[in-house]
Amino acid sequence: MSDINQLNQLSTQIRRDILRMVHGCKSGHPGGSLGCADFFTALFFHVMDHKPAFHMDAKGEDLFFLSNGHISPVYYSTLARAGYFPVEELRTFRRINSRLQGHPATHEHLPGIRIASGSLGQGLSVAVGAALSKKLNKDAKMVYALMGDGEIQEGQCWEAFMFAAHHKVDNLIVTIDSNGQQIDGSTAEVAGIGAADIEAKVKAFGWEILHMNGHDMQQIIDTMNKAKSLAGKGKPIFILMKTEMGYPVDFMMGSHKWHGVAPNDAELEKALAQLPQTLGDY
Amino acid sequence: MKQFEILNTKDTRSGFGAGLHELGKTNPNVVALCADLTGSLKMDAFQKDFPDRFFQVGIAEANMIGLAAGLTIGGKIPYTGTFANFSTGRVYDQIRQSVAYSEKNVKICASHAGLTLGEDGATHQILEDIGLMKMLPGMVVINPCDYNQTKAATIAIANHVGPVYLRFGRPAVPNFTPENQVFQIGKALMLNEGTDVSIFATGHLVWKAIEAGHMLEEKGIRAEIINIHTIKPLDEAAVLTSVRKTRCVVTAEEHQMNGGLGDSIAQLLSRNYPAPLEMVAVNDSFGESGTPDELMKKYGLDAPHIAAAAERVMKRR
Repeated sequence: MSDINQLNQLSTQIRRDILRMVHGCKSGHPGGSLGCADFFTALFFHVMDHKPAFHMDAKGEDLFFLSNGHISPVYYSTLARAGYFPVEELRTFRRINSRLQGHPATHEHLPGIRIASGSLGQGLSVAVGAALSKKLNKDAKMVYALMGDGEIQEGQCWEAFMFAAHHKVDNLIVTIDSNGQQIDGSTAEVAGIGAADIEAKVKAFGWEILHMNGHDMQQIIDTMNKAKSLAGKGKPIFILMKTEMGYPVDFMMGSHKWHGVAPNDAELEKALAQLPQTLGDY
Repeated sequence: MKQFEILNTKDTRSGFGAGLHELGKTNPNVVALCADLTGSLKMDAFQKDFPDRFFQVGIAEANMIGLAAGLTIGGKIPYTGTFANFSTGRVYDQIRQSVAYSEKNVKICASHAGLTLGEDGATHQILEDIGLMKMLPGMVVINPCDYNQTKAATIAIANHVGPVYLRFGRPAVPNFTPENQVFQIGKALMLNEGTDVSIFATGHLVWKAIEAGHMLEEKGIRAEIINIHTIKPLDEAAVLTSVRKTRCVVTAEEHQMNGGLGDSIAQLLSRNYPAPLEMVAVNDSFGESGTPDELMKKYGLDAPHIAAAAERVMKRR
């Protein structure tokens, strides 16, 4: 799918799913999920070569790993809308006996999930390992990963940044959700790391750096294409994606407040009014 | 008491290195990762002969575990190598989430376990690793007793789909099990049949249990000695069969009492066949610097302590 309007309609529907899922179980993480909906839509409906008929080993397919697993609502909705499992299953999110665990897991065999994530800082290492596996298998497909900008306070991320550059893991495109927010406040307040600091540090570790606006579908696609063109040149690729937590729901943007809080009935209604149904709710 | 011939004296970590090198030749999916301890883990031969399948990770164990989990996607069978302390306690959450919970086919291979690491002292002498690993759902925990058995176990775990913790050690110890043995995960090995007391030992304590068996024989005590190389899954049938015969038990391991082999056997017996039990293990303390033999003696992990425990437990029967 390449029509930008269609992709935007999809991301709007995914945002409705996110809000309804989190409201339905009265828990979960809407803020970062809403902020990354355009990225997930572009990745799964335009950028990646992948098969919803799920095989763990994914030989000959592009792979995606979500390291900041708490934005599971956007991941689950995207997978369902891409045909990995029935969209009706989204209503089971975070409920007992569901395959849609609070954080992504392989244990319940949900198609599309290849590693558990939630305890932060681990996903990049896994993605690098999967990229090495592709190289060993002479599989030319790419490995994609998304991390959070608060998450990189975990030291393991920097172990993985160092390793990937040193070992020239150049079949890997890592995007960071640079929304500048984490549970206790802004990333600048909590850890003194803003977007410019991230860029300088990751660049110093030997990565190729790109930028994009995570709410501009055309720009996401163009940047991902540019990233793909840089693959195979000896450097892992890092995309600093500027997003707004809670986008585009007006009362959810501008702070860290909606990181991990579910909307009540009135808030849900108010939010959904800003996101018209496109493909139909689950 | 059955006599065991000491074929030679070798470190179990060299058995790991030999097994890994053998796998390099026979199984193209086996890959190895090491966190700056290639020589200590005896992974040099694999590194030299299979450089494309060897990853030097540097001093970054958390990343190593994540890399290994990722490598399984696409069908690789990663063997990670570092000291037992850095293989478990340091990376527990990485193993828990990215390997065990994610059901990844990673083999966590851990050298220098326990007190016999010696002079480096308690910072490096992990005595809690068996407990940490056996608590993880789906994790297999293996602690072979000598060079030949470690080599055989290293080769065997490649055919087990799922996470494995393989624990071995630093010092040269008697190598007495058969050279070309077939290692069966979860199958206890009867070393000496007896009727008076069951001694279940694992790792370096297996040979010490044999020595204790000879000491007990001199006193007319016939000890049944069983090598529990796989702590999880425990060979419950073998343990129960033996204890139903002897009605008293000694466990022996280079580990804390809490969480180790003795703890697993005590749980099994409490539920199925309560019997008096003595544990030869470290009693809720850290180790210290010293030679391996000095430490094993000071912390009560030698043949005289096993024999004394056997005599004590027989009186409680």
